[in-house]
Amino acid sequence: MDRALRRKLANYVFIGLCLLGTGIALLSLALILWSLFTQGFGGLNLHLFTMDTPAAGSEGGLRNAIVGSVLMCGVAMIIAIVVGILAGTWLAEIGGDTPYGHAVRFLNDVLLSAPSILIGVFVAQILVTGSPFALGHFSGWAGAVALAILATPIVTRTTEDILNLQPNALREAGMALGASQFTTIRTIIWKAAGAGLLTGGLLGFARISGETAPLLFTALGNQFFNADMGQAMESLPHVMYNFALTPYEDLNKLAWAAALLVALAVLGVNILGRWLGRDKNAGH
Amino acid sequence: MSVKTKAPRVDLTDPIFRWVSFAAATLLLVVLASLIGLLLVGGWPALSKFGFDFFLKFKECPVGQGPICIDTPWNPVTDNYSATAPILGTIITSFIALVFALPIAIGIAVFLTQFCPQRIAQPLSTAVELLAGIPSIVYGMWGLFVFAPWFAKTIQTPLLIAASQSPDSFLAKLVAGVPNGANLFTASIILAIMILPYMAAVFRELFRSIPAQVREAAFGVGATPFEVVTAVIIPYVQKGMIGVVMLGLGRALGETMAVTFIIGNSHKFPKSLFDSSSTLASTIANEFAEAADIHRSALIALGLVLFLITFTVLAIARWLLSSQRY
Repeated sequence: MDRALRRKLANYVFIGLCLLGTGIALLSLALILWSLFTQGFGGLNLHLFTMDTPAAGSEGGLRNAIVGSVLMCGVAMIIAIVVGILAGTWLAEIGGDTPYGHAVRFLNDVLLSAPSILIGVFVAQILVTGSPFALGHFSGWAGAVALAILATPIVTRTTEDILNLQPNALREAGMALGASQFTTIRTIIWKAAGAGLLTGGLLGFARISGETAPLLFTALGNQFFNADMGQAMESLPHVMYNFALTPYEDLNKLAWAAALLVALAVLGVNILGRWLGRDKNAGH
Repeated sequence: MSVKTKAPRVDLTDPIFRWVSFAAATLLLVVLASLIGLLLVGGWPALSKFGFDFFLKFKECPVGQGPICIDTPWNPVTDNYSATAPILGTIITSFIALVFALPIAIGIAVFLTQFCPQRIAQPLSTAVELLAGIPSIVYGMWGLFVFAPWFAKTIQTPLLIAASQSPDSFLAKLVAGVPNGANLFTASIILAIMILPYMAAVFRELFRSIPAQVREAAFGVGATPFEVVTAVIIPYVQKGMIGVVMLGLGRALGETMAVTFIIGNSHKFPKSLFDSSSTLASTIANEFAEAADIHRSALIALGLVLFLITFTVLAIARWLLSSQRY
């Protein structure tokens, strides 16, 4: 065969394979989204928000799970944003170049990618049973702490990346006016990086809102409505886990509805984060 | 009259801010250190009780079977545990998932960065990245309700029928198992679909980091797109690509919910590709909430093993990606 023709042919085969790969991936992901929407929309109704999780055969909704998820994610995000922004600022502005800073950065990355189930085991050992701090029972606090441990490294990482993108002229300008470092950071750097910092928070939230594994042994689940973080607490991912594994069709349907709610929340938050950070090159 | 009437005010906000932010950074370090410490302390009773048998235990073989037989007990009644089966399940599922996901992820990244018209590339990349954010339990539910039943009906059952013609063939050994779709292979496929968008997104970043001049130079001497990719682009980011593979592997190893739903959760040595099995993470997810004493300790020891494996893989990934200049 002619050499030029062979090269051309190899090229077409290669492009074809790349297209095929993209096609396979898009098809499988489209199938997943299709099931999620068709099965989930079937279960969407007002009862989801007004009634609690039912026993098999009776009518019910997801009120307790939605409230539990919102409370635990909310507390987790408050912890994660405070600790994450402070730690990220320390890494970017103060101690990032010291050996200790390098160690913190590395360990933050380790924590960022540690399997989430291990965080669940860790928090369960400390806050549920087996340590002096343990409450002795499952609680919403334990769930929130586990989620916070998952979100904090993300916030830390994005904060550092965003602050590193701020031009040094801003810092010099603050110093030149005689402002202290804290004032410079607070009134100039954090302000300039505002949208990026928010993006970090949103990314962290998107990560934890669908996490199931760390809640299994910390918040457990609770069939009844409960707004007391000191008690076992239901959450949307836990409802999905519990109800998907039952043989009852109505419970399976609720699990799909919960999955749709979580997926929509995650997608929405992700899109919002992207939109906010669109011009800021949000280190992601 | 002196100009200086009072001593200069000592401004404490800076030192306080430095200390508070330093404390926040240290908190991360403390959390990770205590995580490791707790896994060690919690897993120690099981590790010391079972010793090396926890990882690999031989038993006498039944008559007529191979020279070596491995015992994989997991029995909360007699309190006898071994990590062999979950470790094997974790490694096998992650490996098969990588085999499927890797070529497809590279294909997507190449398509997005080289061939795709700019107008489609941006929304497509965004879609891929958004899909990487879908919670793993959603993938698990899809696997449980949609993929496993379909797989059992249209692939597993026909294969089993075909294999029953010749019970001693390689095929028959490979596909032996209960045709319910909950097995090593389906779990691996779900894992592959899960890590696919993530790996494709990182590959795309990697390919985009290559200076345009490098590509243009290759095109300039008359290379076809295929030759540009295989002869220039892939060698240029070789190390980084291995890093991405490691990142994907790290994700697959620690993945819990998607796998727990469809691996079948049995603690035995997997005998075929379609046999039910378990992974380190799925075993912990299933049993930890109700475990006590040595059972709990054995599960924490599994967690320690999981942590060490993922830590090693991710440390290698990080090293490879950071030594790649981009």
